[in-house]
Amino acid sequence: MSTCPEHIVQYMHEYLDGDISREHEQELRAHMRNCKDCQKHMQELTSTIAFVKSAAVIEVPPNFVEQVMQRLPKRKMRSGVQRWLRRHPFLVAAAMFCIFMSASLFSGYKNDQEFSVTKQPNLQVEGQTVIVPEGKTVKGDIVVKNGDIVVKGAVDGNITVINGKYMASTANVTGQIEEVDEVFEWLWYKIKSNAKSAWSFIDKNE
Amino acid sequence: MDALVNKRIKQVLKGDQHAYSDIVSLYQQKVYQVCFRMLNNQHEAEDIAQEAFIRAYTNLHTFDLERKFSTWLFRIATNLCIDRIRKKKPDYYLDAEVTGTDGLDLYSQISSNDRLPEEEVERMELQERIQYEISCLPDKYRMVIILKYIEELPLQEISDVLDMPLGTVKTRIHRGREALRKQLSNL
Repeated sequence: MSTCPEHIVQYMHEYLDGDISREHEQELRAHMRNCKDCQKHMQELTSTIAFVKSAAVIEVPPNFVEQVMQRLPKRKMRSGVQRWLRRHPFLVAAAMFCIFMSASLFSGYKNDQEFSVTKQPNLQVEGQTVIVPEGKTVKGDIVVKNGDIVVKGAVDGNITVINGKYMASTANVTGQIEEVDEVFEWLWYKIKSNAKSAWSFIDKNE
Repeated sequence: MDALVNKRIKQVLKGDQHAYSDIVSLYQQKVYQVCFRMLNNQHEAEDIAQEAFIRAYTNLHTFDLERKFSTWLFRIATNLCIDRIRKKKPDYYLDAEVTGTDGLDLYSQISSNDRLPEEEVERMELQERIQYEISCLPDKYRMVIILKYIEELPLQEISDVLDMPLGTVKTRIHRGREALRKQLSNL
């Protein structure tokens, strides 16, 4: 076989793959007619194929399907949520913004547990109670946090009481009186005042 | 069959996990067969075949319904088999000289220890012998021979499964056949 052209073996494989051209097949047949070695080579190849093809079907281990089903990740929910998040980046960003905003407002609520009052002349402070004395007039708004206010005199402006009581007898208040107790009311008040200050800031700039 | 498979895939994608069991029972035989012939070990074959179905499940949303599911599944399974074989081989120190042997490295050891003594091979039952001869083939020839002659896939499909040009597949099959022929004629 050492004298046989190399491409003859190549043609054998083309023949075995079933994609040999007419010319190659004729050349292969012509060569094999006179070449014992190549006949033997071809014979060995075909019996090799027959040998591999006689492999029996391998039995799948029992309960294979059940085991796969048990090993599957539980529910597609997580990946479903992930896919949704990936598809709606803007909504995710907006939600994150809301969460952080409210978190900062709530933490602000906790920090604001101390008593405080807007500084105005003519105001008296007794413990956690702010008093507008009789016969006196306070000009401007008053905000009382975590304390009560008693108005005996007159107030020329708004009164806001957060976490406290507004008490008045013969009060004379020209502006609005607002009591804020609950967290959400406080939140609303905070948003309103932020908006107001933002608005006045814009007004000033114009 | 493809229509049924696509129907099941759509059901799974909609969240019906149970529909996947039909897909597994339909293909378990083929996938396990490839893994077993490739890895030559029942436990490893079972583990890798299960892993292939799980990977297919978790990546099902990336499957293109226009394509053939079995080709896609075979690709996952064959890749897992190749990865497993690579991990098993401590190839990083194959070049190292073996102490106490004159200039012998592990390559020569492996090739000399690769085959069992002739008498032992001749005593094997036919099926055992087939599995043994396949397992003696180099990995890259073994894979194409299994897909071609045991799974009986067309050459083009083998090229799709292995993501390899058709010409490369043919060359490997030719060399695989020659290698097997030599193994068998040695005895």
